[in-house]
Amino acid sequence: MQLSGATASQLLEAMDSGEMTAADIVRAHLDAIASLDESVGTFLSVDAEAALTQAAEVDRKRAAGEPLGPLAGLPVAVKDNICTRGRATTCASRMLENFVPPYDAHIVERLNSADAVIIGKTNLDEFAMGSSTENSALKVTRNPWNVDCTPGGSSGGSAAAVAAALAPLAIGSDTGGSIRQPASFCGVVGMKPTYGRVSRYGLVAFASSLDQIGPFANDVAGAALLLERLAGHDARDSTSVDCPVPAYSQSVDQPLEGLRVGVVQEYLGEGTDDDVRSAIETAIAVYRSQGAEIVDISLPHTKYAVATYYLIACSEASSNLARYDGIHYGHRAEQFESLVDLYAASREEGFGDEVKRRIMLGVYALSEGYSDQYYVKALKVRRLIRNDFDAAFQNVDVIVGPTFPTPAFRIGELVDDPLQMYLSDICTIGANLAGIPGISIPCGISASGLPIGLQLLAGPFEEEKLLRAARMFERETDWHTRRPSLSQ
Amino acid sequence: MEYTTVIGLEVHVQLLTKSKLFCGCENLFNPDNPNVQTCPVCLGLPGALPVMNREAFRLSLKTSLALNLQIAQSSKWDRKQYYYPDLPKAYQISQYDLPYSSEGCVEITVPSTGKTRRVGLFRAHLEEDAGKNIHDESGRGGDSQVDLNRCGTPLLEIVSKPDIRSAEEARVFLEELRLLLWYIEVSDCNMQEGSLRCDANVNLHVQHNGETVATPIVEIKNLNSFRGVEAALEYEIRQQAKKFEADPEGYRIGKVPKATHGWNADRGVTFEQRGKEEAADYRYFPDPDLCPVTVSDDEIAEIRATLCEFPASRRHRYVSKLGLSDDVAGVIIDQGRRYADYFEAVASECGDGKQAANWMTQDVQRELNERKVEITEFSIPAAVLGTLLKQIVAGEITVKSGREVFIVLLTEGDDGSELETSRVNEIIAEKGLKVEQDTGKIESIIDTVVTRNEKAAEDVRAGKLQAVGPLIGQVMRELKGADASAVRQMIIDRLTK
Repeated sequence: MQLSGATASQLLEAMDSGEMTAADIVRAHLDAIASLDESVGTFLSVDAEAALTQAAEVDRKRAAGEPLGPLAGLPVAVKDNICTRGRATTCASRMLENFVPPYDAHIVERLNSADAVIIGKTNLDEFAMGSSTENSALKVTRNPWNVDCTPGGSSGGSAAAVAAALAPLAIGSDTGGSIRQPASFCGVVGMKPTYGRVSRYGLVAFASSLDQIGPFANDVAGAALLLERLAGHDARDSTSVDCPVPAYSQSVDQPLEGLRVGVVQEYLGEGTDDDVRSAIETAIAVYRSQGAEIVDISLPHTKYAVATYYLIACSEASSNLARYDGIHYGHRAEQFESLVDLYAASREEGFGDEVKRRIMLGVYALSEGYSDQYYVKALKVRRLIRNDFDAAFQNVDVIVGPTFPTPAFRIGELVDDPLQMYLSDICTIGANLAGIPGISIPCGISASGLPIGLQLLAGPFEEEKLLRAARMFERETDWHTRRPSLSQ
Repeated sequence: MEYTTVIGLEVHVQLLTKSKLFCGCENLFNPDNPNVQTCPVCLGLPGALPVMNREAFRLSLKTSLALNLQIAQSSKWDRKQYYYPDLPKAYQISQYDLPYSSEGCVEITVPSTGKTRRVGLFRAHLEEDAGKNIHDESGRGGDSQVDLNRCGTPLLEIVSKPDIRSAEEARVFLEELRLLLWYIEVSDCNMQEGSLRCDANVNLHVQHNGETVATPIVEIKNLNSFRGVEAALEYEIRQQAKKFEADPEGYRIGKVPKATHGWNADRGVTFEQRGKEEAADYRYFPDPDLCPVTVSDDEIAEIRATLCEFPASRRHRYVSKLGLSDDVAGVIIDQGRRYADYFEAVASECGDGKQAANWMTQDVQRELNERKVEITEFSIPAAVLGTLLKQIVAGEITVKSGREVFIVLLTEGDDGSELETSRVNEIIAEKGLKVEQDTGKIESIIDTVVTRNEKAAEDVRAGKLQAVGPLIGQVMRELKGADASAVRQMIIDRLTK
């Protein structure tokens, strides 16, 4: 059995049957990392020793007949903006390059208690700000399908790790599409749950009202299994919602009767790549062929979504990132004249251009005399966008469309055009503004050989429906089984 | 020069919760062990999130009820953003445009005029305290350090309207506020430890050429004693009057920017803290990490039921019902709620408020001072002291004998005995201190003493009543306990009738 590249279910089965041990599985993935990651650049840190120790502990428990967690022995890659106690958590920033948190994020505790093996920490756009992982101050991550292309972002490292078969499962965070868009670029499954579904405790904040942690996997069942473990109430996050977590992994294979699928005209507008458009149309036909009703719908405030998103996200970011001032932890400039100078120099040296750009935007939007016309107005429009979705979900169960208007773009192609990069977030940011769940699954390969993602959205806390609808497409197609040649 | 003084106070009060406002760290004044009461949340570490301490909010509601403030059904948290090393998140979680309470008042009685005044309150809101920067004061340029023990302590900001008309009123307002918050046990209001802090805004409305002209507002920061508040304001009022007289056209509000002053208590002067900087832009916005706070009528009713009688009402009752003077009532109230409770228990047991007040302010206070303890640690229970005073009030023992019993009780109590009320009569009996009621016995002793002191007796008979003193003394010595004034009358009757 080829361990690296297998799905979570296959790996669990192999361990259950005694065919493989957790140590075999972890070692196979560590070997894959050792041989391939130099060309992909997904991991910022890998602790092989700790991973093998954890795997050995799983094998010992299994041999001793002790109870095992639901993810026992499965390697999981974790985005490096999620705190791991005693292990560097850099946010791919010079600012936190040497920061070692004294505590674990809620989801890290959940992974550990599920006996998952955290195999390494993955690269990202600095502080999760970006759509290409090019804003990492520490490393370049490449798209496993074409190393000249970006893996998307900001969770590019996690998406590329799963695509390159360096881990069957990975964790990302999604503020405006940072899980779904790289999943689309890398041809894997990536899901943003409902805001409040997964605790943010220990996720280094970018934009608190939009950030949400979610799973990556090489199939929908893997995403269901991992989400089931991540989700649930946590008293340490005031925005965490206390409602029961369905057994996603149990129901994911059940197709939905009488599914109503909404197609949003605004998500297939000008600038949508032809290959993407035709892949989405084919995907819609797949649903129709399974008896789903296809409904054209409109989300009229979509045209304001990008502006609304960047005002809110940058405003919150400017506040959340103010703590990196060189005083208590993180980068401190060596040369400074005064306290103000110490702040300015540390931040000047510690942050990259994109982070500075967003802080400046946010500070401006919140400034006295401007906040009413920018930040406060954006909050009002956000409400209208949420209302659009509420109205749409009166008539449809899920909304489908492209995750991103194009397949992966080339490294360097958009670095000098941040506005174009922002505008391309049009399909993903609605879910963050409305707080609803969304998933991206592979639905095609472009003429240039790059994966295309199908995004499905559902109403708040409808993750179960979303996963089942995604699986309905997946079981009829084989796009999720395609792997880039890199890992073969 | 005729002017009205206009003062508004901004008071910060630390709440007496077990844990901090947004994390589980202990809320304790602990300057000797810096940075031990901290966690990822109050250190502002990446990824840590705040969770509101409902108890802090309950204490805030209790305070608002005591200050007659209206309570909002829903309020929210905002971030007040600024950079300072004692503020690790670079924002303070506070309440900006939707505070949890607004529009209240405090009634004060001003000693110098005897008048009662009502000082309005704009609002009270809850926020987190910052840590503390500790600078090298040796002048040798050592590193500044930061102690974050205090960071995240629940802090109530109470903002008065500009209704205060003198430095004295400002002090009295602050004293009354402190007393109130101390009585309802939401804060220990210890100004030395910084659990009560005060900023004052002051200016003058001057009658000038038939119109009213306002001087520029000066804010005096970080006043940390009642005396300091009064002295700093007195100084600032004089300064403003002088400046206006020197330049009545120029020294006016709007023409001179608002200044921020500090108070140097040693030199008795205020000094300019910040220059003509523009108003800071705190870029307030709602904290996305916290949910709005809602309050139900039931919760308010439940908290209202936990309120005690307020000190002003108690003070009034001590004067009107117990017959104490304003001064004595004030002295007892100022000792705090537990002290006043003790006093009331003693007064009620002995049936004489004045007697109880005398003992509290003299004997009890002296012993507390000597032992450096609070009334709650005093070894004589209120019921026991009340029983003792009841014997005095009833004339069963003399005040002098009462003191003797008091000392015995104190010694036994300090030695760890659980004193019962019955112990009072046991001691009186053991020492034979009961006042002699048998007039026949007293008369026979008087006879003996008069016979022994013919000269003195003769003087009394001749009308020199001061000569009766030594005779009383001798009679009293023969009797273990007796009412001295009764004995005196009996001697005079014996010699002059």
